[in-house]
Amino acid sequence: MDYISVGESVPRKDAWEKASGAARYNSDRIQPGLLHGALVTSTCAHGLIKSIDLGAALTMPGVINIITGADFPVLSGPVLEDHPPLASGKVRYYGEPVAVVIAATEAQAVAAVGAVNIEYEALPIVTSPLDSFKPGAPLIHERVDLYKRMVSDVYPEKDTNIADHIKIRKGDLPKGWAASHTIIEAEYDLPQADHIAMETRNVQAEILPGDEVVIHSSSQTPFSIRKEISSCFGIDLGKITVHVPLVGGGFGGKAAVQLELIAYMASLSVGGRPVKIANTREQDISTSPSQLGLHARIKLGADQSGRFTALEAIFMVDSGAYCDIGSRMAKSMAMNCTGPYRIDNVWCDSYCIYTNHIYATSFRGFGHLEFTFALERSLDKLAAQMQLDPLELRRRNALKAGDSSPTQVALTTSNLGNLEACLDKLKSLINWDQGRYISIDANTVRSKGISCLWKTSNSPTDAFSGAMVIINPDGSINLIVGAVEIGPGMLTTLAQILAEKMKMDINRIHVHMPVDTRVSPHHWKTVGSMTTYMVGKAVLEAAQDAINQLLSLAAMVLKVSPSDLDVARERVYLKDNPDYYMDIADIGHAYKYPDGNSVGGQVIGRGSFVMRHLTPLDPNTGRGRPGPAWTVGAQAVEVEYNRRDHSYKILKAVTVLDAGKVINPKHARGVITGGVSMGLGVATREEIIYDEQGQIGTSSLRTYKVLHCGQQPEYVVDYVETPLLDSPYGARPIGEHGIIGMPAALANSLSLAAGIELDQLPLTPELIWKRLEEEKR
Amino acid sequence: MIPFDFEYYQPASIAEAVQLYNDLQQNGKAPMYYGGGTEIITMARNSSIKTQAVIDIKQIPECQQLETKGQSLIIGAAVTLTAIAEANPFPLLTQAGSRVADHSVQNKITLGGNVCGTIIYHEAVLPLLLADSEVCISGINESRTESIHTVFDQQMRLNNGELVVQFKIPLEYTSLPHWHVKKTKLEKIDYPLITLCALKKDGAIRIALSGACSFPFRGRAMEKALNQPGEDLSKRVAQALQQLPGPLQDTVAGSSNYRRFVLGNLLEDAIDGLEG
Amino acid sequence: MMFQMQQIGPIQLDINGAKISAVVRPADTLLYALREVLGLTAAKPGCENGDCGSCTVLVDGLPVKSCLMLAVEAVGHKITTLEGLQDAPIQKAFVEHRAFQCGYCTPGFIMTCQGLIEKHPDADEDTMFTWLESNICRCTSYEEITGAVRSVLNITPE
Repeated sequence: MDYISVGESVPRKDAWEKASGAARYNSDRIQPGLLHGALVTSTCAHGLIKSIDLGAALTMPGVINIITGADFPVLSGPVLEDHPPLASGKVRYYGEPVAVVIAATEAQAVAAVGAVNIEYEALPIVTSPLDSFKPGAPLIHERVDLYKRMVSDVYPEKDTNIADHIKIRKGDLPKGWAASHTIIEAEYDLPQADHIAMETRNVQAEILPGDEVVIHSSSQTPFSIRKEISSCFGIDLGKITVHVPLVGGGFGGKAAVQLELIAYMASLSVGGRPVKIANTREQDISTSPSQLGLHARIKLGADQSGRFTALEAIFMVDSGAYCDIGSRMAKSMAMNCTGPYRIDNVWCDSYCIYTNHIYATSFRGFGHLEFTFALERSLDKLAAQMQLDPLELRRRNALKAGDSSPTQVALTTSNLGNLEACLDKLKSLINWDQGRYISIDANTVRSKGISCLWKTSNSPTDAFSGAMVIINPDGSINLIVGAVEIGPGMLTTLAQILAEKMKMDINRIHVHMPVDTRVSPHHWKTVGSMTTYMVGKAVLEAAQDAINQLLSLAAMVLKVSPSDLDVARERVYLKDNPDYYMDIADIGHAYKYPDGNSVGGQVIGRGSFVMRHLTPLDPNTGRGRPGPAWTVGAQAVEVEYNRRDHSYKILKAVTVLDAGKVINPKHARGVITGGVSMGLGVATREEIIYDEQGQIGTSSLRTYKVLHCGQQPEYVVDYVETPLLDSPYGARPIGEHGIIGMPAALANSLSLAAGIELDQLPLTPELIWKRLEEEKR
Repeated sequence: MIPFDFEYYQPASIAEAVQLYNDLQQNGKAPMYYGGGTEIITMARNSSIKTQAVIDIKQIPECQQLETKGQSLIIGAAVTLTAIAEANPFPLLTQAGSRVADHSVQNKITLGGNVCGTIIYHEAVLPLLLADSEVCISGINESRTESIHTVFDQQMRLNNGELVVQFKIPLEYTSLPHWHVKKTKLEKIDYPLITLCALKKDGAIRIALSGACSFPFRGRAMEKALNQPGEDLSKRVAQALQQLPGPLQDTVAGSSNYRRFVLGNLLEDAIDGLEG
Repeated sequence: MMFQMQQIGPIQLDINGAKISAVVRPADTLLYALREVLGLTAAKPGCENGDCGSCTVLVDGLPVKSCLMLAVEAVGHKITTLEGLQDAPIQKAFVEHRAFQCGYCTPGFIMTCQGLIEKHPDADEDTMFTWLESNICRCTSYEEITGAVRSVLNITPE
């Protein structure tokens, strides 16, 4: 028997480090001589900076320097260069960094922040994407058309607050409406929420003699940090080294590059001395980027048999003060706007819109949770109007091999998976046939709601990953990759993939956990649930490279052809006689003949992977291939609702995903239920609340509430496994997906229970009460 | 991380504590009595308060007392909410205290701190108000024992430098039929949308509320409406809602209209529970 | 004699069974002293406002959020951090039940659980939840954490 790793719940590679307190995160580096930077942030949501008085603050104890945007007239941004790392001339959101105090201790830096006096001249503020979209809205960026474009496919519109506009034009919309028996139209609103990674973002920057820049960051994107510092400040890329240890949760929020640029400027301003900038929780919520908000309009038609005929979708993404990656999420929504359903006639306009809110960055699901809410609520409305079973409606319209996506990608069993099979499993796991509305007593109702989901990644067409496999003298292997361990255990998954390929004991594979951009092979970003697919493929190639080297050396020593040999259990053996073998320990670091002569050398396997056949979307029709494949799934929620006070308890949350292949069942369940849990948080209680001046009323965990232990439902997770043929062992991405359908499923369930359409988040008892009161009037 | 410095004192007696306060104040140090410290630390962290000296009262024996003396239950100001819950001498107080912040923080929050702090909810004061408790207060010149109704009016009203040493709760109240419910916006671990405490004494129901208005209170006028004999429950509740001592709060936790709706339900439940 | 501390200076702390001297300001929190002064970085800052529980340590056996305690208040008390546990059953249970992903909340969660197990080895489900709702985990669904605690307390899930 060979060793089996794939499909087994092997323990995490970092398990005992984390369970013992030995695990080191970025802010656990206690370094003598470290200076501390404290951010001075805007108290005005939109205004001109009239004056900054640093006089008093500069004289405070321990203060070494204070920098402002005027000291560094640079712009940053991964899509549009619209973002000064420190506000310059004007501020565009409450909480925006305006200055940095650099002092000997954290206490001294923070104390001096209070002594910095900034005068603003308030400008009219824009607080919703809908308002921002209206002609004549105050412009948040005066010349959005002049910003440098970092990608070829971004389309800012002059004299508007529109940073990007993505169009999908597929089929013939008028024909679709003409064929419709029932058409429903509705609007939806989702507020921004926050990632609330337990580790707040923090960074240390230092510039060594010779202008070597060293950044230590809590980040999902060490290679993007290197690129942005290089492009923003004109430094040779190779002179910048970014170190990322274990990261205390990301959820997309640590994909944005923000504090790194500020810390670099702070260090530069004090002669390169090391400067640490660590967000307080309040800053992590109100200064660093959040989830996007959304206003959506959906018009959906179906023919008499309940088959979808046409979809018109308008998405207005509240990207806040800066574009960051908001435009890519607007694109993501557009390219998957139909959900996993066949709709031949599609018209979608997806806008990335500036407001005076915190700027948005990637958030678990990358826009899919948000548009899925709008679409899946619409499906339930259509089902209700047509008196169709909502599950049956979804099943009837499920995409299949042979159909095409909104961007006209031909769908196959491999690149799509099997939604019908997911729905069938879901139906039995949620006991759908027992009824979805059950009266328990005069005030209590149990109800069920469902949502389907699908997602593909949306990377640059040349996103790539590398991997390195180094044989140790004892025959064990070191695995080095550029993916950051942000939590889900992807580095353990990669070790499993390698162990399976090498047919060896996974305990003999040693994973290098931290990322060091000078040592680690490149990985695009640790985002989009793509590590297993992208890095996994690079690992397989690296393993094959190492195997080839081992086989050829062993073949020479054993005087056979390499094709006669294979590798397993840390041995190279003769296929037809496994007892005839050499230990990898004896050839992995050169082979020494009995007479002392040696041949070969250290075996280092290299592998890389680059996305294949991706194309940008056509600006007029949206035609193009944005990602390699989809993951489909179906989710359900059962609630117990109190008709008297509108409180409710979530009893059960079911998720069925087509996972392709489950590589580590316990870890897969954990990452899916973790996503479900976060989805329920966003659905029920999480939101960033602004007052009329654009100030944030939910900037601490006292007011920004997340789900606490004990309030979780029973979780049910199951899988369909339709292999993604070009992925390691057939595995599909699953990291984000648990979150996507939860808000929609809960809203569908509660809308049914309360007898009122609930088309916004979060679904608080007060919202239900308010909607019912409105209806009464 | 607290960005400014202060001095720390840990007096062993009431006399020492109040003397210290006096001296430190004369030296311009704006001293503060420090119990569990949870509120002082969080407010100092964001510079909402500034002090140059804190006087930790946890080593003062009287402040740590938790015992029955004659016809009174004595609870020192520095006794933690957890200690109160574990001894459980006054179940309504246990219930109210057990919903302040969370369990770990209750290991630090003291009864005195919750009653005397600046955060507006003071949920632990509700049972004290209902039980006609007394407050033992010491100042530099005199010590006094006052009815809680005298010294707690929306918040603690103390003279400069006075220290709340302990609370005296008449024993007869500690075993009366009672009712406690805390409603939040949705997440359980949150400030109250409304916390309601009720006691039934001599056939009459007493009601105290936190979160409804911008201050906690005992609703005597509400009680009058609620205790009308023979009147229909919903009518009594509607009348009680007319007798609030201030406007219902309108905050991100809930609008005033929604609070009115919730409060109506909570009052009905409490009356049902205590009359039923 | 009244204990007082007027400025930065050494205090004696009892941490994980060892008597340790630490130079702190009177205004330094226990969390700050543990991490920045003593290099005991298991306790994590997550909010420094008492809301998240990542910095939880045991003080005389009870879980306390070390961001809500002054270092000087810890004098005379026994402090236990995650570094002070060695192969405790709850640590093993956390590993087996996959009760963490990013691991950042883990030191605080484990200390809350350890406090519960020491103080209430016969705790029921309600008590367990009351203690555990003091901490926030953003990666797991809490199912894994409660599974780990149940396994040590021998609670059969309801």
